[in-house]
Amino acid sequence: MNTPRFLPYLLIAPAVVFLAAFFLLPLAQTIALSFESGSGFGIANYTRMVGDLNFTTAIRNTFLLVITVVPIQVALALMMGTMLQKMSRGRDLVLWIWTIPLGVSDLAAGLVWLAVLQDSGYLNSAFHALGLIDGPRSWLNAEAPITLFLGVVAAEVWRATAIVLVILVAGLQLIPREYGEAAEVFGASPWVKFRKVTLPLLKPSLQSALILRTVLAFEVFAVVYAVGGRNMPILVGEAYTWQRDNQNYGVAAAYAVLIMTISLAATIIYLKALRVRPEQQS
Amino acid sequence: MKSLRRATYVTGVVMLCAWVLVPIYLVALGAFGGRLGVFKWPKTILPTDASIAAFMAFLRIEGVWNAALNSLIAAGLTMLFSIALGAPAGYALARHNFRGQDAFRLLVLLTRAFPLAILALPLTVLFIRVGLYDTPLGVSLVHTALALPFAALVTASLFAGIPRELEEAAWVFGCSRLQAFRKIVVPLALPGLVAAAIFAFVISWNEVFAASVLTVRERTLTAYLLTVLSESPLHFRLAGGFLLIVPSVAFIFVVRKYLFAMWGIANR
Repeated sequence: MNTPRFLPYLLIAPAVVFLAAFFLLPLAQTIALSFESGSGFGIANYTRMVGDLNFTTAIRNTFLLVITVVPIQVALALMMGTMLQKMSRGRDLVLWIWTIPLGVSDLAAGLVWLAVLQDSGYLNSAFHALGLIDGPRSWLNAEAPITLFLGVVAAEVWRATAIVLVILVAGLQLIPREYGEAAEVFGASPWVKFRKVTLPLLKPSLQSALILRTVLAFEVFAVVYAVGGRNMPILVGEAYTWQRDNQNYGVAAAYAVLIMTISLAATIIYLKALRVRPEQQS
Repeated sequence: MKSLRRATYVTGVVMLCAWVLVPIYLVALGAFGGRLGVFKWPKTILPTDASIAAFMAFLRIEGVWNAALNSLIAAGLTMLFSIALGAPAGYALARHNFRGQDAFRLLVLLTRAFPLAILALPLTVLFIRVGLYDTPLGVSLVHTALALPFAALVTASLFAGIPRELEEAAWVFGCSRLQAFRKIVVPLALPGLVAAAIFAFVISWNEVFAASVLTVRERTLTAYLLTVLSESPLHFRLAGGFLLIVPSVAFIFVVRKYLFAMWGIANR
C-alpha cells in the first residue's frame, strides 16, 4: 500500500496543535506577562520580585535543596542499581518495593514525613525510647531552619530516588555483560570495574536522569509546604503566593520565567558536561 | 571475609526496603489513629489504637469526597487525552519517515527542560474567559501537556516493536489501513498502551501546582489538601496523605512489568 504523503502529518497534527496551545503559547504568555505591568512594558515585575523580602531566601533555599538532594539521589540510586545487578533471588520484590515512591506525589511525601518528624512524631518517640530527649520537640518550625531543611531533604530523597533508579536500571540493562567480565579477566577490582566500565557506559542514562531530576527539583513546592508550612520560602512557592494570595499575575510570571531560565540553563549545562557521542546512543 | 561482605550486602538491601516501607506504614498509623493517636506521647510502633472509624471520619468531611471525585475525573480525562493524542503521534514516529520528524521530536523533548506545571499561571486568565477555570476538564488539559510527550515517546517504541510485516500481511489480505491497525496492532500493543495510560493517570492524580492554581471550589484532592494544610488538624492531613498514596501505589504495582521498558525507551 502506498503511504499517502500527508498521513504522518495527519497523525502528529493533534499532538502538535495541543502542545502549541498548552506548552508554547503559555510559555510565550508567561514571558509577555512578566514584562507587563500597569503602566506598560518594562521590568517593574522583576524589580518587585527581586526587592521582595523572601526573594533571596527563596533562591538560596531552592539552590541548596537542589545541590543537596540531586547528588544524594544519584549516589543512592547507583548503589541500589548495582545491588540489584548482583541479586539472584527476590530481585522483583525488592525492585517493586524500591519503586513504590514513584507513584507518591510530592504533597503526599511531605505529609508522610510530617508523620515521622512532627513534635510528638515517631522520630521523637524513637529518640525518647533511646533516652536522648524527655519530651516532644519541634524540628519543623521557623526557629529550626536547619532541621526543617533536613526534613524536606529526607522527604525529597525518599520520594524521588525511585525515578533515578528506574532510569539507571534501564540503562544498566543495556550494558553488555561481556564488558564487565572482560574487566574482571584483566584483574579489575569491583570498584575499578564500576568506575572504568559501568559509569562511562551509563553516561546517557545518567544524563537524562540528572536533567529530569534537576528540572523537577527546581520545581519543588508541595513537599516544602506539607513539611514546614510557609516557614521555608521556595521559588515555586513564591510564584504560587503571588498568584493566589496577592493576585499579582505579573510578579508570579516573573518568578515563573526565572524558574524556567534556571531549568533550561541546568539542562544545557548537563548536555554539555556529559556530552554523549552519537555512537553511544542506542 | 566473604560472609561478612554478604551480610553487609543483605543488611543494606533490607535497610533500603525499610527506608521505603516504614514511612508509609507510619503515615497509615497516623491516618487510622485519629485525634488521640496523633498527639499520643510517646508513640508505639504497633497499631494499638488504629481504627477504621478515624479514617472514615476524614472521608466524611465536607469537600473530601468531591475533591477525590474531581481528581478521578481529571486523571481519567488526562489518561484519555494523552493516549488519544499521543498514540497517533507515536505511531507516526515509529512507522513513517517524514520531513519535520526531528523537529517534532525536539518539541517533545523540549517539554522536559521546562517545569510545565508552572505554565498554568497565564492559563488562569484564558480559562476564566472560556469557562474552563475551576473545572476538572481545565485541569486535565494542563495535565495532558505533562503526560502527552511521555505517551508519544512510549507508544512510539511500543509500535516500533511490532513487526511491520504483520500489518503488511493484513493489507495483502484486504484489510484497510485502519482495519489492520485495529485488528493487528492494537491487540499486540494493548498491554503497553494500558501501562502508558496508567502512567498518565498517576501523573495527573499526583500533580499539585497546576491543579491548585486552576481551581477554587472544584478542587482536586491534591489542591484541596494543599489549601487546607494550614487550617486542618494533623490527623486529617495524614489521612489525606494516605488517601493520596493508596491508588498510585496500586497502579505502580500493576504497571511494574513495563516500568523499565518504558523508561529505558523514553530516555533515548
